[in-house]
Amino acid sequence: MGSYSSHLSKIEDLQGIIQETGFTKAHICRLYDRFEELDKNNKGTLSREDFQRIGELAVNPLGDRIINAFFPNEKQTLDFRSFIRILACFRPTAKDKTADPNAPEPINSRTNKLRFAFQLYDLDGDGKISREELIQVLRMMLEAQVTDDQLESITDRTIQEADLDGDGAISFEEFRKSLENINLEHKMSIRFLQ
Amino acid sequence: AEVMGRARSVVGWVLLTALAVLLCCPAALSSLDEEHPDSDTEHGESHGGNETGFHIVSFHWENVQTPYVIALWILVASLAQTVFHLSEKVTLVVPESILLIVLGLILGGIVWAADHTASFTLTPNVFFFYLLPPIILDAGYFMPNQQFFRNIGSILMYAIIGTVWNTVTTGLSLYGVFRTGIMGNLDAGLLEFLLFGSVIAAVDTVAVLTVFEEIHVNEALFIVVFGESLLNDGVTVVLYNVFNSFVAVGAGNIQGLDYFKGIVSFFVVSLGGIAIGIIFGFLLSLVTRFTKHVRVIEPGFVFVISYLSYLTSDMLSLSAILTIAFCGICCQKYVQANLCEQSIITVRYTMKMLASGAETIIFMFLGVSAVDTTIWTWNTPFILFTLVFISVYRVIGVVAQTWILNHYRVVQLEMIDQMVMSYGGLRGSMAFALVVLLDLKHVHEKRLFVSTTIIVVYFTIIFQGLTIKPLVKWLKIKRSQQKEPSLNEKLHERAFDHIVSAIEDISGQIGHNYLRDKWSRFDKKYLSKIMMRKSALISQDNLLSIFRELNLKDAISYLSEGERQGSLMFMHSSNDVNIDFTGPRYSVIDSSISAVLRESASDVCLDMKALENRVKSLKDQEEIVTHHTLQQLLYKPRKRYKLNYSRHKLVHNEGVKQDKEIFQQTMKKRLENLKSSKLGANHNIAFKNTKKEKGAKKKHSDAVPNRNLPTQSLALHADKDTQDVQPGQLIQENQGESNEKSVSDVEGHYDPSDGGISFLITPANNESDETRTGNSKSIPSPPPLPSPTTLDEKPISRKDDHVSQEDLSSEKPSRIFPSYLQKTWMQSYTSLENVESQVSTVSEHVAAQEESSTEIVLKATVDKTEEAKLNEDDHSTQLDREALDVKVQCAETLNEELEDNCPKDAALQEQKPLIIKDSKMHSAAAKRVQNRRSFHRPKPLRYPVLQKLGSLPVSCHIPPHSLEQEETQF
Repeated sequence: MGSYSSHLSKIEDLQGIIQETGFTKAHICRLYDRFEELDKNNKGTLSREDFQRIGELAVNPLGDRIINAFFPNEKQTLDFRSFIRILACFRPTAKDKTADPNAPEPINSRTNKLRFAFQLYDLDGDGKISREELIQVLRMMLEAQVTDDQLESITDRTIQEADLDGDGAISFEEFRKSLENINLEHKMSIRFLQ
Repeated sequence: AEVMGRARSVVGWVLLTALAVLLCCPAALSSLDEEHPDSDTEHGESHGGNETGFHIVSFHWENVQTPYVIALWILVASLAQTVFHLSEKVTLVVPESILLIVLGLILGGIVWAADHTASFTLTPNVFFFYLLPPIILDAGYFMPNQQFFRNIGSILMYAIIGTVWNTVTTGLSLYGVFRTGIMGNLDAGLLEFLLFGSVIAAVDTVAVLTVFEEIHVNEALFIVVFGESLLNDGVTVVLYNVFNSFVAVGAGNIQGLDYFKGIVSFFVVSLGGIAIGIIFGFLLSLVTRFTKHVRVIEPGFVFVISYLSYLTSDMLSLSAILTIAFCGICCQKYVQANLCEQSIITVRYTMKMLASGAETIIFMFLGVSAVDTTIWTWNTPFILFTLVFISVYRVIGVVAQTWILNHYRVVQLEMIDQMVMSYGGLRGSMAFALVVLLDLKHVHEKRLFVSTTIIVVYFTIIFQGLTIKPLVKWLKIKRSQQKEPSLNEKLHERAFDHIVSAIEDISGQIGHNYLRDKWSRFDKKYLSKIMMRKSALISQDNLLSIFRELNLKDAISYLSEGERQGSLMFMHSSNDVNIDFTGPRYSVIDSSISAVLRESASDVCLDMKALENRVKSLKDQEEIVTHHTLQQLLYKPRKRYKLNYSRHKLVHNEGVKQDKEIFQQTMKKRLENLKSSKLGANHNIAFKNTKKEKGAKKKHSDAVPNRNLPTQSLALHADKDTQDVQPGQLIQENQGESNEKSVSDVEGHYDPSDGGISFLITPANNESDETRTGNSKSIPSPPPLPSPTTLDEKPISRKDDHVSQEDLSSEKPSRIFPSYLQKTWMQSYTSLENVESQVSTVSEHVAAQEESSTEIVLKATVDKTEEAKLNEDDHSTQLDREALDVKVQCAETLNEELEDNCPKDAALQEQKPLIIKDSKMHSAAAKRVQNRRSFHRPKPLRYPVLQKLGSLPVSCHIPPHSLEQEETQF
């Protein structure tokens, strides 16, 4: 597209972003387009309302949770850097990259992907998914016809299954253990368009 | 039941046989007539004297013979279909197409035995002019356009390159084998072999669809195969025509230029066909724009004009199939916008009926036509090699093309998809019709070609059709791991799906298609304006068009119901508030791909697999139940529940329900958040306010929404609806420390469905419950105890919605709303704003009225007493009001029962003494209740107060419904 270079010049610290996120210039340009598209009032930052305006999110059972994940620590605005950093978490993990032990953990590592999911459950941020927190999420994800009894039973079983230290809650470590067999790199990745 | 089923099918078969015999009679009759053509005339002459006489009844078989036989065949075919579907087991294993072919074979055998000539065969004429067009039109008209055009590249590649590849390789290879001499002496050259290749190359729409409909493949695969088979019909015909004319000219006479011409004609014919189709499609759309006053013939236009496009294209020797397909594709949007609802339904059903009927007849005649000794010539090597080559080259073609395509496709076609695609390359009636059409003069081996085609068609349809389902299943199971996913895995995986889908929506990965954006802009700017009715255009802009329509209808029926019953009681019936988000959901379609991407193959028989795995690793009953619940009731990521196209069924979108539910929940939560954040300041003010002011506020909360605040949003009503179903408070656990507390919480929480009301209740609650700080972060539960006033006001506001929709829309255009629900959101939002402003002004205004506070409190008490009285017959229980939660339940039941109300004025009159009596009787209990609920202690009840209540607008003091019912019984 013609606006390619003009876009790039608008983005601050392009090299830094590339380095940090691993996105190509084309990706960043595209995402910047999207960022501006979402930013209705050209504030240069996104607000919760900007996200809530995305119609598809309203029919996503976890939509609001995910929006919240973009605004950690009660922040009300989101700049492009943070925006793209979160999205970078969903970049597919490269398979054949030789692991460099010294390199910092890539932003799209398995752990980071897991952490993103985990924080959706962990509302109060205490590092544990409590029973109540799980019930809340389950209520969102299950159809309305599920009774509270069923809901609680499912929750209890889920916790029981994952809870290794018997504290009645799921810690991040337990969360990771329970999902060991899942091909997370595949599941939690998006093929970002060029 | 099984015996019954068997009996039914036996009866069905008997019926069928009888019909078949009946069919043979006319055939026999007609053959007799032919054999003795003279007998008739002799007969006539011998009775010549009577010719002038008047026959009361005469038998004119020959007059009706043709249409009669046709009608009978159709009847047989339809009955056969009915019979097949009587027993689900049969159609589950054996595709219908196979059953029909077998039936056709049997019938053909009977006819042949009686007649010794094949009197009924599938003639190309009938096939191309009458049977094929409805099928193709149906495919085009119901084409999921978005997916089709998203995959257009792949579809075109498979359709054009794939078909050419199949044609050329099959033709050349057969020719090569022929040159080795295995096939013996055939009178055919390279061109004839290529011609045969073109005949046999195309994957048949009809055959493929019948099979693919039954194995549930994922969307991407389906649309690719569907599109391919649709378009390659056109390509095949073009290729066929080119080679046919080459053969007619003779190999020796073809010059280099002719090959070039052949290629040019290929493009001219196909692109020309598409162009004609588009023209006619738009013409059709334009016509339907003006058919408003001829509703009855409206649907006819769709069929006539589409058919005309087919004929026109055929006349111009362009690809008629492509024409009618694109005619359907182009017109669908506009036609559906223009026609009235009934006409749309008519069109849909007629379309399905014609297509389905045509398909049935085609398959049956494929069977019947095979019973004809004159067409058969057997050449084992030729037939065998044909079978081998078409299978092998299909696989090679698919794999090679997919390999190339996968570099460009976002949604990859995986190994299993390719297997299904290659194996699903069924040949069908098209090949048969084309091969029959060959000219024996030029193609001397026509009979061999015909026999081979029949064998190939039968082989692919019967053998592959039967085995594809087990194959898919087997592949699936083989590929997937045997281990049953744990609960955690299942749950979190689904969560991941949602997350990824949301991230995709946020990052806008799809729907960014440049060409499509351009097109939709062009469409909006010009095409829609020309093609659509004005009214349709307006609703087109608003994506909630159908939603609006439904509401309008609802409102009208409300009103008329109310008028009919001569009272305002219709305003009560809150329970049939019928919100439906079934409007066209364009936005959903261009959404997450990753769900498909990741699951691109695993949709195939997913449930089956899970079921089997579960059986294998059977743990305990409860575990199974839990898993089952999860399997069934977890929301599916969007995209997964989308069905595309079915020849025989009109597809309903199951996802709508889910979307509706989620949407309601989301909106509810957002509203709550908004309220708590927006009104946070107000609360603080409210805390400082004196009790009187609060009382005043409360009063106005009752009065205001009914008359002055007509803008309860529709979304809010939707919320209300679901409340009964799902008292699913998200953190009730958090609140359940004590009975008391939970009740007060429940009451105090904002109820999004009540808009202003609960907001106004809240201050009182906050005052008492001062330890509780702003609960903006928690997810409040919708209170199960609706105040009666709220219920009353709802229908009114609902009605008013339509009135006030327009003038409200401009106020707050962009606070928080999902783009496609703008209007709804705006209304709810505005209503909020209104509540707020109303309240503040009102509170100042009424602050002086000291007494008014009591009024409200009294009213609350009265309500409570009523509830209690109604639901606990025993008076002694009324006195003991310790169990407050009982009352909460009562309120819930009340809410549910509140469907049809009696005229309230009369009821109120009669009630007054009762209420007073009750209130007085239980004033101690009431007091306790009040204290618990942190209401003000009620002053002694006085009649005047009630009178004052009576003087308020009627709708704000309608007594709870069940009480009225009791009254009417008196």
